Amino acid sequence: MNIKVNWFKYSAPSAFYPLAGRLIPWLTAAAALLVLIALYWGFFLTPERLGGTNPQKEYYRIIFIHVPAAWMSMWLYLVLAGWSAVGLVFNTRLSFMMARAVAPTGAVFTFIALWTGAFWGRPSWGTFWDWDPRLTSELILFFLYIGYIALHSAIDDTRRADRAAALLAIVGLVLVPVIFWSINCPDPNQCAALHQRSSLGRIEGNILFAMLAMTLGFWLYSFATAFARLRGIILTREADTAWVSELLGTGGAR
Amino acid sequence: MKARQKRLVFVGLAVLGVTAAAAMALSALQSNISYFFSPSQVIANEHPADAVFRVGGLVVANTLSRQPDGLTVHFNVTDNAATVPISYTGILPDLFGENQGVVARGRMGGDGVFYAEEVLAKHDESYMPPEVAATLQTAHAEGITGPTEQATAALRAATESLVTGGGVGGGVGR
Repeated sequence: MNIKVNWFKYSAPSAFYPLAGRLIPWLTAAAALLVLIALYWGFFLTPERLGGTNPQKEYYRIIFIHVPAAWMSMWLYLVLAGWSAVGLVFNTRLSFMMARAVAPTGAVFTFIALWTGAFWGRPSWGTFWDWDPRLTSELILFFLYIGYIALHSAIDDTRRADRAAALLAIVGLVLVPVIFWSINCPDPNQCAALHQRSSLGRIEGNILFAMLAMTLGFWLYSFATAFARLRGIILTREADTAWVSELLGTGGAR
Repeated sequence: MKARQKRLVFVGLAVLGVTAAAAMALSALQSNISYFFSPSQVIANEHPADAVFRVGGLVVANTLSRQPDGLTVHFNVTDNAATVPISYTGILPDLFGENQGVVARGRMGGDGVFYAEEVLAKHDESYMPPEVAATLQTAHAEGITGPTEQATAALRAATESLVTGGGVGGGVGR
């Protein structure tokens, strides 16, 4: 794959630092544009009422934040675990830094998914929270993100912290399929839950478009924030190197 | 290079082990997790005696009756095989209604009535305006297996693979 070639080229922190800097404004702008389009579409071009067996009124619109945030919470965990595995195998500094940079964004999206879910659950189900399999596993995912960040910051030696936290991230992978299948198991009677199943095929076109646009916007936002955080991490960890001194104009001062 | 291969094997084994653990956890969940019991299970006495548990099913049409005190409601919940009468005192959620899915938490009384402490409404994953839903006839009873359910499941799987194949990043998480 072409991307692979690019990553090798930019796998040196000194090469990736300026690239990330150049990408961040574009990613941020595209993310903001997509989120605005999705919000406009979701609020003004979608049906006012739902019919069939789903008589929700206006409040179903939380879907435009809730579902994309929940998708990102799981996807970013896969990204986190993926970079952790690459870092463990190839011992590449940038992979560990990338994993560390993605984690807070993933935690934020998990929190948003839980929070908006509570606000959605109150009017529709009648409760803010219930120990339903989906809700519980998503809460554990949030703790896992927090645990990754906490473990990483608890170990002073960066390389040890990287490896220990990476192992935790890989072990935590066990949760992602559990979250996914907690509502999507083949036989609906076997995963009895309060949370509804998910089915993109049964969503009206405008609602689906706004949801997918928001997801893409959230994804680009994740890139932008992860890259911004990554630049900070690179500068901190490479503070002793010549290129950082040169960049900061400190003339080799430690 | 040798050390790297060792690490690759190590990480590969770790991922494999985690996958196996996930598979076992999932199969355990499928057979053991009882977020709620169906009316059939309750009638067959599979529910815990003298303990709080949940019953889930559809509210049977024309069984919803409000008692004179104005707060207590009686209704029957069914899974189309068995029916359990439920008594509940309190405020019902907005989406509660006849032919709607509900999950009630409470305990079984000696008189065969389930006394609920909390009643939650379920809603399905269909997000369609009334006119579209009417034309597609997709409305179906949530959590009930039947020929229609299998047909929609097959249709759903087909559309999903179509949609997620579209290359949108969130597809994996869904």
